[in-house]
Amino acid sequence: MAKVLTPADVARVAALAHLELTEEETAVFTRQLDAILAYADDVRQIDTTGVPPTSHVLPRQSRERADEVQPSLPPGEALANAPDPAPSAGLFKVPRVLG
Amino acid sequence: MSAPDTAATLRDAVVSGARSAEEVCREALDRLERLDPALHAFNTVTAERALAGARDLDRRRAASPRALDSLPLAGVPVAVKDNLCTRGVRTTASSRILEHYVPPYDATIVTRLEGAGALIVGKTNCDEFAMGSSNENSAFGPVHNPWDRTRTPGGSSGGSAAAVAAGITPVAIGSDTGGSIRQPAALCGITGLKPSYGRVSRYGLIAFASSLDQIGPFARTAADAARLLDVMAGEDPRDATTAALPAPALQGALTGDVRGMRIGVPRRLLDQGLDPEVREAFLAALDVLRGRGTTLVDVELPRARYAIPVYYLVATAEASSNLARYDGVRYGFRAPGTSDTDLRTMYCRTRDLGFGPEVKRRIILGTYVLSAGYYDAYYLKAQQVRTLIRQDYDDAFTRTDVVALPTSPVPAFRLGERVDDPLQMYLNDVFTVSANLTGLPAISVPCGFTRGRLPIGLQLTGPGFDEAAILRVADAYERETGWWKEVPE
Repeated sequence: MAKVLTPADVARVAALAHLELTEEETAVFTRQLDAILAYADDVRQIDTTGVPPTSHVLPRQSRERADEVQPSLPPGEALANAPDPAPSAGLFKVPRVLG
Repeated sequence: MSAPDTAATLRDAVVSGARSAEEVCREALDRLERLDPALHAFNTVTAERALAGARDLDRRRAASPRALDSLPLAGVPVAVKDNLCTRGVRTTASSRILEHYVPPYDATIVTRLEGAGALIVGKTNCDEFAMGSSNENSAFGPVHNPWDRTRTPGGSSGGSAAAVAAGITPVAIGSDTGGSIRQPAALCGITGLKPSYGRVSRYGLIAFASSLDQIGPFARTAADAARLLDVMAGEDPRDATTAALPAPALQGALTGDVRGMRIGVPRRLLDQGLDPEVREAFLAALDVLRGRGTTLVDVELPRARYAIPVYYLVATAEASSNLARYDGVRYGFRAPGTSDTDLRTMYCRTRDLGFGPEVKRRIILGTYVLSAGYYDAYYLKAQQVRTLIRQDYDDAFTRTDVVALPTSPVPAFRLGERVDDPLQMYLNDVFTVSANLTGLPAISVPCGFTRGRLPIGLQLTGPGFDEAAILRVADAYERETGWWKEVPE
């Protein structure tokens, strides 16, 4: 089975997913994910011409509900699990975005 | 150990006043304290919450002897998987990234269980974010199988299964995305039910793959599973994917009479890596069902053999999207020393240190199959084959009432035996993932033991929203056999 996945692919996809992998992790994942994709190759051979995709199995698409105000979390509770909250400002703090 | 009480027995004793809820609760907590060091089934014990609930029940009954009559789970100790939110109680999904997360709200099923009188004694260990079939992906270490502590209890809801199998609680709650209730139920020798997609509210369930995830019960008997599902099921304004259907009243379905029911057997699927002892037990179970007056029918599910690759393409794609929320900002872990770096470094280091290897593997696979150039070849294709698998089941249910298969192709394997080969691990789910892809209800019931005394499970899948059919067959099978009464040493 030809390799479909290279370490460069894994590194690129990891960057898209905001994961910082070590070289060792990249090597192991490349080997393991390549085997999984090779196993999935059978699926690609099935003729699915004209078959609609299933994204979910719900019997109906959507519903409406009355537009009523419901209680929401107090700001203190919403911030309680934050690693770096700014409670007096009612904000979540993040590292600088602009240089 | 003698056979533990069922939820029904305990509830009736508490409602009648024969036993106090506090006494029942303390006994469960004592068993937990005594047995869990060797099992590691619990991440967090919620003794105070359970005892407060028990005392409240006892006070209500003291004030009015009929006060608990309407509560189907009065005084029943229950263990809840640690990916279901509990207000004020740490909820980790067995991940470092949520190790200290304390939800500000209860999952809907937690509210419903407690409203029915259940006492939550703890949060159970599981594979990280419910991703795994052996419990070895828990950031806090694996659960041990009560039948053989060197072996896996199955996964991902291994802690809930082990808690019931060991007799700590009569019932427990798990979630099932590709078999995570049914497979550990089979490997631990108890009953586990994945309801139809849309049957149970998932508000407060930490999401893994949103088109596949369902919440369901573990129990010793089909009757207890029905009792729990009757409480858990129903429309919830907080979960738009719940079906607007009347309460199923499943306990009434357990008549013991299955005469004339047709049991579909997809024999061609049995070549898929099936252990000979599991095959033997499965075929013997079919004979028992025939003896109760059912008819065995051959069914073809020609596309079901693609279920594993389809599942791992769909589930990982959804997981990569769902787990994007863990970014070290609003809740959860943030990598030390990254608050003074830049945003991207903080994100990437937080996620690298916060997630375990299996979760990263699935995020990468899911991101890959959704990425430009691969979407049509993998993700869209998998969604199309998913349609074909559902068509196969719809076709089968024109000729049969339930479909029978083994739950797991193998009995409990040794901890550590399969950790280096993710593909081999994924093949454990060969018979369970179809129910998630199709949204159909499925149950695993104990159907025997290997010569080495490891439990084996029989899986029954029913038409959409026909939990009554699979529970009726499971209950009839139980009445004819004694496997469900067996308990580990």
